[in-house]
Amino acid sequence: MKTSLLAADARTKKRNAAEARFKAYGFAAIIVAMLALLILLTSVLGNGMSSFRQTYIALDVALPEEKLDKSGVRDLSVMSKVTTIGYAPILRNALLDALAAQGIETELSNKDIGNMISKEAAATVRNKVLANPDLVGQTVSFDVLASGRIDGYFKGRVTMESAALDGNTSPEALMIAQALADAGVMETKFNWNFFIWPDASDQRPEAAGLGVAILGSLYMMIVVLVLALPIGVASSIYLEEFAPKNRWTDLIEVNISNLAAVPSIVYGILGLAIFINFMEFNQSSPLVGGLVLTLMTLPTIIISTRAALKSVPPSIRDAALGVGASKMQSVFHHVLPLAAPGILTGTIIGLAQALGETAPLLLIGMVAFVREYPAAYTPESGLFGEASTALPVQVFNWTQRSDPAFVERASGAIITLLVFLLIMNAVAIYLRRRFERRW
Amino acid sequence: MQSLTLPFIAIAGLAVLGYFLAKSRALQVSGGDIRKLVSLPSQHALNAVLATIVPALAAIFLISLYVRLTDGAGSWFFQFVVIGLAVTGLALSLIGIKTETRARTFAERWILGLLIFASTIAILTTIGIVFSMLFETFNFFGQYDWRDFFFSTDWSPNFRGNSDLGIIPLLWGTLYISFIALAFAVPVGLFAAIYLSEYAGPRMRSVAKPAIEVLAGIPTIVYGLFALITVGPFLRDYFAAPMGFGQSASSVMTAGLVMGVMLIPFVSSLSDDIINAVPQAMRDGSLGLGATKSETIRQVVVPAALPGIVGAVLLAASRAIGETMIVVLGAGAAARLSLNPFEAMTTVTVKIVSQLTGDTDFASPETLVAFALGLTLFVITLGLNVLALYIVRKYREQYE
Repeated sequence: MKTSLLAADARTKKRNAAEARFKAYGFAAIIVAMLALLILLTSVLGNGMSSFRQTYIALDVALPEEKLDKSGVRDLSVMSKVTTIGYAPILRNALLDALAAQGIETELSNKDIGNMISKEAAATVRNKVLANPDLVGQTVSFDVLASGRIDGYFKGRVTMESAALDGNTSPEALMIAQALADAGVMETKFNWNFFIWPDASDQRPEAAGLGVAILGSLYMMIVVLVLALPIGVASSIYLEEFAPKNRWTDLIEVNISNLAAVPSIVYGILGLAIFINFMEFNQSSPLVGGLVLTLMTLPTIIISTRAALKSVPPSIRDAALGVGASKMQSVFHHVLPLAAPGILTGTIIGLAQALGETAPLLLIGMVAFVREYPAAYTPESGLFGEASTALPVQVFNWTQRSDPAFVERASGAIITLLVFLLIMNAVAIYLRRRFERRW
Repeated sequence: MQSLTLPFIAIAGLAVLGYFLAKSRALQVSGGDIRKLVSLPSQHALNAVLATIVPALAAIFLISLYVRLTDGAGSWFFQFVVIGLAVTGLALSLIGIKTETRARTFAERWILGLLIFASTIAILTTIGIVFSMLFETFNFFGQYDWRDFFFSTDWSPNFRGNSDLGIIPLLWGTLYISFIALAFAVPVGLFAAIYLSEYAGPRMRSVAKPAIEVLAGIPTIVYGLFALITVGPFLRDYFAAPMGFGQSASSVMTAGLVMGVMLIPFVSSLSDDIINAVPQAMRDGSLGLGATKSETIRQVVVPAALPGIVGAVLLAASRAIGETMIVVLGAGAAARLSLNPFEAMTTVTVKIVSQLTGDTDFASPETLVAFALGLTLFVITLGLNVLALYIVRKYREQYE
């Protein structure tokens, strides 16, 4: 029987193999988690980056007086009777002229060529004309949106094969588009309007933007900041510095830790029942959304504020009390300023959570289709009372549309949302590194 | 809303007025020698401001609650009461200014009152949640038999009436998806935590830990979209369709896997804390007896941390059950009792969303059922949370 210490026996080998296996499982788990993150981000970025670019057609549009202003007196009330339907043929003719100028020949009907221009373009031109009636009678150059299918062709979403099966476009139209792009008339360029324009209807994904959603989210964040920060800090100060240890404060503590784990959709039900049905605030308004998100964010802010207050050493409080400050003065003059960086960090992280929250907002009606930019204050609907959407809800909204172009829009909106979250978290990390004191 | 503008402006004006009046009166009482005062003039001013604002605001709060409850309109009488209170508070605090008045103590009592009120908002929220759902659930059970709700296996709401509203298929979908999510997240999260706390060097930790935490910061709508456009079609094309399990992109598997990814950081960071809390002496004892590292982990560290890990898993389960956006976008809307994980099923949260969005009529059982579903969800998650927190707390005490 060999009993050398240098040669491992069968049992040791087995144990070492088990050790290596176990370690490999752990490593594999890390890899799985990081891979999941990687796939998630690539998927969203890959689908969404193209939404920041949009195809435009540069057209010289003749604006004939006999079509747009028969009376010839440039009276706005008369001119506004010409609807977008009246403007569509004008744009179509401009595109036909452009085709002729480039020497591009086609067998497509005029109607199909007109369909290469977005339905939104007529409205854009009409608004410009109504804003400046002197344009009528002149030939003006406009950058108008190409239709969603044409745009999709330049982004690789629409191919010749899929166009052949598609009722809304055809391979011939794509070939014309390619010829126009080669001639420099059609161009796919960076699309600022994605962040500015409001949502658009099912028929015109190329015109859909995040303007209303970003504004709505901003309003809600203001409401959350104004309400959650003071309330959260005040209740943390009470619980951490003043509260006696008794049943009542125990109840509050248990409550807060439970509220942090209540499913977000339940807060939506609360908002619907209390703020909309009982208090009769406006549905879909940033005010109600902000109130619901405030209640959701409070536990996060309270937990981080209490941690920040706890980390201030008692010697600070003792010194303040020793020179004659009251308990309240010691807290507000000395402890609170020292805890401020920690509180601020917690608040920003709470706000970031609130910004991405979707489910409760669905229940309080923020899925509505809103094209008007909500005003911060109007006498009729009060502060933040006008209907609005929010960034994450807009994403959900777009995933429910049938046109695949909206998937691109939804992913683009997600990227925008993630960039906002990234900035907020980076600020929080910076603040923590820069101002946090270790005692 | 309109009727509140005047009182608010009046209160603000009175408060500003009170600040300056109190300050000058305090100086006047002291006869120019500030040392004669027990409290500083600014303390007197603060007291006057708070005495003006706090009772008046409290009155506004109570009156608007009363007006809502009795369905009456806000009348000029209420405005009079509010402004009267503000004036009274101001006057009393001004009259009370004498050299020996302890204004600091009085002001701080007001502040303490405000702090206490702020901390009761947590309680008010819970009460609001429970009552808003209890009230409507009660209405619902007035129109629909509770036995049918809890024990019927059919879910087919029909807005013309005569709906079947059984919760069992919804609960089944919820539990099935949560089970798949946990079956994915618990091993991955636990092994990741073990590797990070026991094996990984500082460099590995500094990369892997933040990366996993990033997963926790991503909003659930992002996971939902990921399920809808990437995971769903992938599972359908490469698993479900070739294996003959169906043609649906939204399925229990899609939602479960994506939810599992979402839960990884949750499980791993909680378990990480718990494993780190196991005393080093226990590891050293085991290693000293000749056990390998993995034997120490499996036979000493994990059993010692087990109660905490169970708590973490329960918290993760409560998250999974209450998760909404991933299942709305990934699981489908068909209420079904099936074992096939590649089939679309639905959950309690999906149905709450679908019954409460769009045009809703708060008298029909088809809408009210959402409140009963919400209450059921709340009770289940609350039970899991309380149990988990109890276990974790109990465990922490063991080693402290």
